[in-house]
Amino acid sequence: MFREAKNMVERSDIRVVRCGGSKINFRPPIISNDSRFVLCVSGDSVKVYSTRTEEWLHSLQGHTKQVTGIAFNPANHLQVYSCSADGTVKLWDFIDGILIKTFIIGSPLFALYVSKEHEGVIFLHLSKGTHHKNECFQLVSTHLPKSADQEVEAKELSVVSSHISPNPSCTAFGRGGEYIAFARKLQLDVYFFRKQKTYSFYLKATDKKGAKNAFTCIACNPTDDCIATGHEDGKIRLWRNFNHKKEYTYSTLHWHHNAVNTLCFTPEGTNLLSGGIESVLVQWQCGAGSKKDVLPRLGGSILHVSASPDGQLFCVSHSDNKITVIEDGFKVSGLIQGLVTGDTVLTDLMIDPRSKALVLNGKPGHLQFYSLLRDKHLYNLDIVQQEYIYEAGLDQFEVVKAVFDVKGSWLATVEERGRESSDLEFFLKLWAFDETTQSFVLNTSISAAHTDRIISMCFSSSEETTMLVTTAEDSQFKAWCQGADADTQQDQNFWSCDFVGSYHNLKPTNCTFSADSSLLAVSFQEVVTVWSPDTWELLTTLCQPPGQIRDLCFGRLSCSKYLLGTTTKNLLCCWNLLTCALEWSTSLEVSKLQADPLSENVAAFSYQSKHTDLFVFKPSEPLPLFTHEKVCSEKVHRAIFVPREELLNGCDERCQWLNGSQLYFLTQNMDLMTFSMATEEDRMLSSSKRLVIDDSIAVTPFYLLLGKHRQQQQKLNTPSHPAADKPQQKQSSVSIKQLLHTPAHVLPAASVLCSMFVNSLLISNTGVREEMESSEQEMDSEKEEEDSEGEMETRDSQQDLRAQGSVDEVTPKLSKAQERELKRVRKTDFSWMTGLIVSKP
Amino acid sequence: MASFKPTRIQTYPKLGEKVTEDTLYWKSYKPALQIKEFGAVTKIEFSSLPPHNYAVTASTRIHVYGPHSQEPTRSFTRFRDTAYGGSFRGDGKLLVAGSEDGIIRLFDIKSLGALRQFTGHSKAVHATSFLSDGFRVVSGSDDLSCRVWDVASSVELSSFTEHTDYIRAVAPSKLNPDLFVTGSYDHTVKVFDVRTGSSVMTMQHGHPVECVLLYPSDALLVSTGGRYVKIWDLLKGGQQLVSLKNHHKTVTCACLSSTSNKLLTGSLDRHVKVYNSSYKVVHNFDCAASILSLAIAPNDSIVAVGMTNGVLSVRHKKQKEEKEMLTDRRRRGPAYRVNVKGKNFGPKQYDFLVNKPAKQHLQKHDKQLKSFEVSKALDSALEAWKRSSKPEVAVVVMMELNRRGTLKNALAGRDEASLARILDFLLKYITDPRFSRPLLTVGDIVLDLYQQVIPQSPVVERLLQRLLELLGREAELQQEFLQVLGILDTLFASLNLRKDVATLAAPPVAQGSQLQAA
Repeated sequence: MFREAKNMVERSDIRVVRCGGSKINFRPPIISNDSRFVLCVSGDSVKVYSTRTEEWLHSLQGHTKQVTGIAFNPANHLQVYSCSADGTVKLWDFIDGILIKTFIIGSPLFALYVSKEHEGVIFLHLSKGTHHKNECFQLVSTHLPKSADQEVEAKELSVVSSHISPNPSCTAFGRGGEYIAFARKLQLDVYFFRKQKTYSFYLKATDKKGAKNAFTCIACNPTDDCIATGHEDGKIRLWRNFNHKKEYTYSTLHWHHNAVNTLCFTPEGTNLLSGGIESVLVQWQCGAGSKKDVLPRLGGSILHVSASPDGQLFCVSHSDNKITVIEDGFKVSGLIQGLVTGDTVLTDLMIDPRSKALVLNGKPGHLQFYSLLRDKHLYNLDIVQQEYIYEAGLDQFEVVKAVFDVKGSWLATVEERGRESSDLEFFLKLWAFDETTQSFVLNTSISAAHTDRIISMCFSSSEETTMLVTTAEDSQFKAWCQGADADTQQDQNFWSCDFVGSYHNLKPTNCTFSADSSLLAVSFQEVVTVWSPDTWELLTTLCQPPGQIRDLCFGRLSCSKYLLGTTTKNLLCCWNLLTCALEWSTSLEVSKLQADPLSENVAAFSYQSKHTDLFVFKPSEPLPLFTHEKVCSEKVHRAIFVPREELLNGCDERCQWLNGSQLYFLTQNMDLMTFSMATEEDRMLSSSKRLVIDDSIAVTPFYLLLGKHRQQQQKLNTPSHPAADKPQQKQSSVSIKQLLHTPAHVLPAASVLCSMFVNSLLISNTGVREEMESSEQEMDSEKEEEDSEGEMETRDSQQDLRAQGSVDEVTPKLSKAQERELKRVRKTDFSWMTGLIVSKP
Repeated sequence: MASFKPTRIQTYPKLGEKVTEDTLYWKSYKPALQIKEFGAVTKIEFSSLPPHNYAVTASTRIHVYGPHSQEPTRSFTRFRDTAYGGSFRGDGKLLVAGSEDGIIRLFDIKSLGALRQFTGHSKAVHATSFLSDGFRVVSGSDDLSCRVWDVASSVELSSFTEHTDYIRAVAPSKLNPDLFVTGSYDHTVKVFDVRTGSSVMTMQHGHPVECVLLYPSDALLVSTGGRYVKIWDLLKGGQQLVSLKNHHKTVTCACLSSTSNKLLTGSLDRHVKVYNSSYKVVHNFDCAASILSLAIAPNDSIVAVGMTNGVLSVRHKKQKEEKEMLTDRRRRGPAYRVNVKGKNFGPKQYDFLVNKPAKQHLQKHDKQLKSFEVSKALDSALEAWKRSSKPEVAVVVMMELNRRGTLKNALAGRDEASLARILDFLLKYITDPRFSRPLLTVGDIVLDLYQQVIPQSPVVERLLQRLLELLGREAELQQEFLQVLGILDTLFASLNLRKDVATLAAPPVAQGSQLQAA
């Protein structure tokens, strides 16, 4: 039924967009020259954070696919290169977030390296792979073409090495860019640019003690000929004398007990930082043997370490989507935390009813509260309250289930370990919201709530009594109440078991309360049982074979008499609870059924033929309100309706289901996606534009003066003859804007600018001349862009002409060289300014 | 850098009595002082004036004890037969008592001599008391009459014979000198007014009344008899307020604690129960024999209990001040005053306080776990005092080591003494349902590790032998439990009419044992 209906509904203006919380630990973060900013790749953008306040400043958006590498422009420390899987390299001004240039390479890029000695050359990681099985990565260098265009194709690629490791941390530049070292499996290659020669060193796979010698990362000392390599067994080898084939030496440092993930030399080359799974940052002193400092329990295994150019600041990125800023004294000074999704999200997506934050399991043993509105991590709630040991292959407690009650005053969590091994341990914990501390406090911890693991749980949704129902693999479901236990005579505010139920010894799978908590539905394989929570009487059973029940959900509001269920055998059923009969059913492979808490709508994600479709419908009628084909290519198992801050007045009928709340879902790649409407996007855009204008005009005394001046002018002009004054008005404001909008650090010296600026403020006597000049200027600039560097004479004459025309008395005669200098300065400026003017009409 | 999270010691709920303020209050009595009397102690009464001497009626004597004396300060022995119901006048200067021979005697506390004798009852007088004006005495006798006597002239003022059985309890009103309450074996409680010359109120207790008690406000009346304690509201015309059935034998006596507004009852079942103002039992004293009489000093400092075997058990309240003085002195440290400069400086209201970062205090085993010293951590958790008083610490450390995957390392390489220590611990706690699961894994690992070397040490071998026996016994026990559980299940199943409705949960003990057996 649904599938047929799908064809009738044409595409609407609702888009699937990636929203917040993408990974910030994908590639090493880089720290700006003045240590004020830290940049990291985050999905298809580059995010700029402040190192002091840890706040997200802005992001550099423009790539269409995952950004895979960033590096500062060695020639200009205020510019940054980024490369992406969409096959482009972009050059940005990261402070203002302006895209300067785009270089089109063509094939997907996986990493980017630059070196100070190789100006104008960037080194890129490419995949040679036509065949997917043994994908080969190669390192290529390319000369970036020097042209003034926004988009440039850089096709000239010269291969440096055609066989490198896919891991970008296995490639590093040596001292002064003289050589490049790359490691792959058991082989270390050093390529000398001057000699154009590669030296290769091999290690045995294992030695006598069973050590695993495969390379995991590499770093080169910036001041010394020394290469540090990290290995799978936790050893760090320091290679020296590697410009000889035979006489190379290495020494070994060993502290890590698992693979070394990252190595980083401080810029002076005095210290070596290393990190691994243990979540301990180790600082080795070069030349002091195994003398070291350790910084333990940073949380999350260390993936990348990078140092600021002055060596005062280190950034450590962790597996739990976090960047730790470590200051000089080897102390943690800041934390930048993203949404932690890890490899798997074990809990459902939830919304904390109080803070409206998205809640899911975050760093090991914690629940994270993430504000979707601000795209900011709020806090972690420690559920397990145990020291987490960062060690590979250790089975530790993880939060697997969590559920809030309606008011957000209770939180129930389940943590378990040992699911693989036979000795399963799990705890059911109930947390009460404490008003004074504004966080959840452990109220009850139940050690053996069931004899087997808990499958699902839910709180009753009524306001007055809170009840928790858990279903477990021991074919029982239990109801938990606060203070019902008379045996122990405990205080009344602890939770204890109130009722134990089972049905023909079948394993229960799912449980859910109706909206008014008068009914509890528990599914036992193929059968749905409906209970009355007041008397614990089995009211009715519903069954629709074949196929076990996968999801259950009650209709809300006007559809509260319906119960929806999905089965493993591609069936979506809707039962009428008044007649206890099947109302309708449709054949649909539903992977996730999610009801909107604010309306009757139910969203069903259906996975069929390698992509997921979304259907939104009301339980009362078997026709979808809205369908969206090919939401993503993976199965969707987690989704949530998030109530909006304010109701939208959707104009379109098909978008009305998004008015009250927004639908978020999590793909199997752990990307958080949402549906956004065109109207909403427009609003966002307009607000952001307004913001930009507000930002750009800084309130300075200078501005106030100018603004007053302009206002006065406007006052004067408007009554008399506005039409005549308009061009002049515009002209002056444009030049002021040029000046104001260009960051001070890219402007030429004030002495150079002064005359121009004063000129622009002067009111010229004839409008005709003004026009002429401006057209001349335009022509001039066009020509300049076309012209090559060599031809200077013609332009010089033009320059003379114009100078005479506008400022003949003010400027003294300049020498040719001086003029050329000035010209060049102005030429570089000009593209910027035009860009600016265009972007901000 | 996050701080190290110490291992969380699990607290297990303590079954049994809940600790409340009341239990703490009533627990703060010293162990009972036993004083042997000559016969069953039938009546104890405290003087209402300090120092709150108390008169103990037993056999043919009445002894008056001071609050801190174990020897009687006075003793009245002029009874030819058993004395009953010795009670003080309100000013504590006179004492009246009945006796088996029907004569009521009046004594002066100071002079020891009998002041008056009231003769007129034909049978034993079990209950005597002064009326609240202090000039009249009321008595209840086995001759079914109760009489009012004038102290000054020692003549009988009035006589009431409304009861149809022995009168065993008399309580005068504290506010009205003409009112008193009697309780009789004819199952009734009557309120008499001397002015009208007859009873004004009759309540049916339903059992032979052993004791009656009026609240200081005269609004409530307590009567005890049979297993019941009943509270009557006199202002509502004798309506029954509550009926308490907390004893399992006859309740013989009751008294009121004036300071904490509690009711105490004593019974032949050897218990003294303390009720709070809403008549819930908040505390329970146990005694050695059946209780006949009970009294509490007006300031709660002494609880005296008289028993059938002639033992008077006196509990004194612990003196709080002494203890505090002692601890105060200890805390103050040395008496000399050096370097006090600045130490007595307190922050002002607007001062900005910079707190020192609180140093995390870790237990010894946590410190060792923090630095990954697994064997040492296990050793320090198994220290002698912890092993006996806090077994949960050792078990938690074992579980933590198991979680870290280093339990085997921690258990390996031990000498005979330390291995014996571990085995001792296993022997003691492996059958404890709280600890059995982690300890079984420990046992397995120990056996795996030391399989080869066990024959070398007779000590370890003996311990293992004992462990084997213990586990065998436990397995048998579990099997029996399961059998009982099966029987219970069938019983429950036959009780439940609708089978598909949930089966009742097995009791938690049985569940635990099931687990263990599995």
